[in-house]
Amino acid sequence: MSPKKIKPPLTFPRSLTERPFHYCPGCHHGIAHRLLAEVIDELGIRERAYGVASIGCACFLYYYYDVDICEAPHGRACAAATGAKRARPELAVFTYQGDGDFAAIGLTESLHAAARGERITAIMINNTVYGMTGGQLSPTTLPGQRTTTTPEGRDPRVYGYPLKVAEILAQFPGVAFCARVAVNTPKRVLEAREALRRAFLAQLEDRGFGYVEFLSACPVNWKLDPVSAARKVDELTETFPLGVFRDLT
Amino acid sequence: MGKRIAKEVSIAIAEAVKQCRVDVIAAYPITPQTHIVEHLSELVANGELDAEYITVESEHSAISACLGSVATGARTFTSTASQGLALMHEILFIAPALRLPVVMVVANRALSAPISIWNDHGDIMAERDIGWIQTFAENGQEAVDLVYHAFRVAEDRRVMFPAIVNIDGFTLSHMIEPIELPDQEQVDRYLPPFRPRYKLDPRKPLSMGPVGIPEIYTEAKKAQDEAFKNAYKVILKAWDEFEEVFGRRYRPVETYRMEDAEVALLIMGSLAETAMTAVDRMREAGKRVGLVRLRLWRPFPLRDFVKAVKGLKVLAVIDRALSPGATGGPVGTEVRSALYQVPGRPRVVNFIAGLGGRDVTVEDFEEMADRAYVYMKKKPKEPYEMIGVKE
Repeated sequence: MSPKKIKPPLTFPRSLTERPFHYCPGCHHGIAHRLLAEVIDELGIRERAYGVASIGCACFLYYYYDVDICEAPHGRACAAATGAKRARPELAVFTYQGDGDFAAIGLTESLHAAARGERITAIMINNTVYGMTGGQLSPTTLPGQRTTTTPEGRDPRVYGYPLKVAEILAQFPGVAFCARVAVNTPKRVLEAREALRRAFLAQLEDRGFGYVEFLSACPVNWKLDPVSAARKVDELTETFPLGVFRDLT
Repeated sequence: MGKRIAKEVSIAIAEAVKQCRVDVIAAYPITPQTHIVEHLSELVANGELDAEYITVESEHSAISACLGSVATGARTFTSTASQGLALMHEILFIAPALRLPVVMVVANRALSAPISIWNDHGDIMAERDIGWIQTFAENGQEAVDLVYHAFRVAEDRRVMFPAIVNIDGFTLSHMIEPIELPDQEQVDRYLPPFRPRYKLDPRKPLSMGPVGIPEIYTEAKKAQDEAFKNAYKVILKAWDEFEEVFGRRYRPVETYRMEDAEVALLIMGSLAETAMTAVDRMREAGKRVGLVRLRLWRPFPLRDFVKAVKGLKVLAVIDRALSPGATGGPVGTEVRSALYQVPGRPRVVNFIAGLGGRDVTVEDFEEMADRAYVYMKKKPKEPYEMIGVKE
């Protein structure tokens, strides 16, 4: 009887380069990056993947992915991705944006790409602040949350309420997959990976717009250590419930 | 008089804006301007400044909110940089045409692509024709002083134009410098409350921004242009009054060691202090080199500028922005045009330097002055040259 070959628990994704991430300790970008690379590998789309990077912490996307990356101006990723996909429908086009990019300055582009049912996959990393610029209030900042532009905490009467993007997009007929995930527990990591896979299937099966929102820790701007920041993501789920809001795949 | 203390320039600017008793601030975070509005949000949160702080979703909305606010007669401030200023572009033209005197500090930063968060003047030079009053600060104290001046001039009933104070991103915005903030009483003496002749007020209804049909558009623009030219006198007078109240004197064109100079460097912004050192060194070596700094860029101080460069043989204009395919950098082409009608004008040579945060050293300025000496006898082959390019 020949010994059963054991699959190694982790292999390095082909779609990632070996360059170490520049992200802060405890930031969830690293996990999201790896999951995205794994999904690109699994679907076999690395050679036709086209990523649109945004402005913010993830603007160095081109360092980490062994796929073509185009840098879009702040907020314009979904519009740039639309152009790429319309010109080359055979490509697997995705955007990778933060909440400041996707939901603030670029909300118009994001919503209209979804409303048109563009066959692209949009990934939003929601950490409730403008990370790279230094932790200012973003549209997804929680009520009461202290940021560098709301040092007294977000008072909804003055600074408004958090924007629930996944819930908004779920109402759009052009959206084929829409989910909110987190990566602060192993189970959630696996669910996030499956959501990403389906968000790509939405475009690969020509069904519509795919969207995955990651609740992500930002220890530096939340002024927490990495472990407490990961726990804090649980609190975020009270405002931003996890789940699949629409799935036509 | 206030005490001279070390402060980050951005923080000092925010304190100055507070002393100007602004009513509304609307801004979007962008490097390297962010510390200014962050500190303002702190001042509002602490109750030290009684103002509305609006966290909008983009610069396009920031400047739109500012226009809405100032139209009601509220003193209004914003700040941005680079891509943010570019995103405001559409709205920037509307402010002066509607005579809405918002004040903005621009922490000058290069435009994409490639993405650069570092300093040059590409962002503001792309907004040359927006019709705002535009000044350039050389150091932290100037940056602060120009803020008081900007509000004072912009809101003057004879002016009523928006104003931009340009500060070099990082090299000014993030520096800690000894800065003297005046007493509130002095600021109040210099800057009266904002009382515009026209504002949106239901008790006295009026319309702003109606359609300009071809029969009226040219006249509207002519009126705007005339008013803008007339603002020049008020800008000067406001600097005279500034000297009376605060004791520091500013002029639209400032010169350094220009007595008997045959070659001069012309520059705007913080690099002028480096250029001064270069001028000192060349003077010691017996070269008759001087320095001209433009503090006021719009409206262009034509007469004062022509007077300042009189008697020069060569004027070396240093641009911190590129105008691809043009006959020079934005300042170079402007200066050539300004001097064209002047008899006995100096030869203008144009250098592009300090793009996207590239340092321009004392030696670089000496080299440019030396080249200017060469061009005294020999016409340059190209209308402009880029300095410090690695080849």
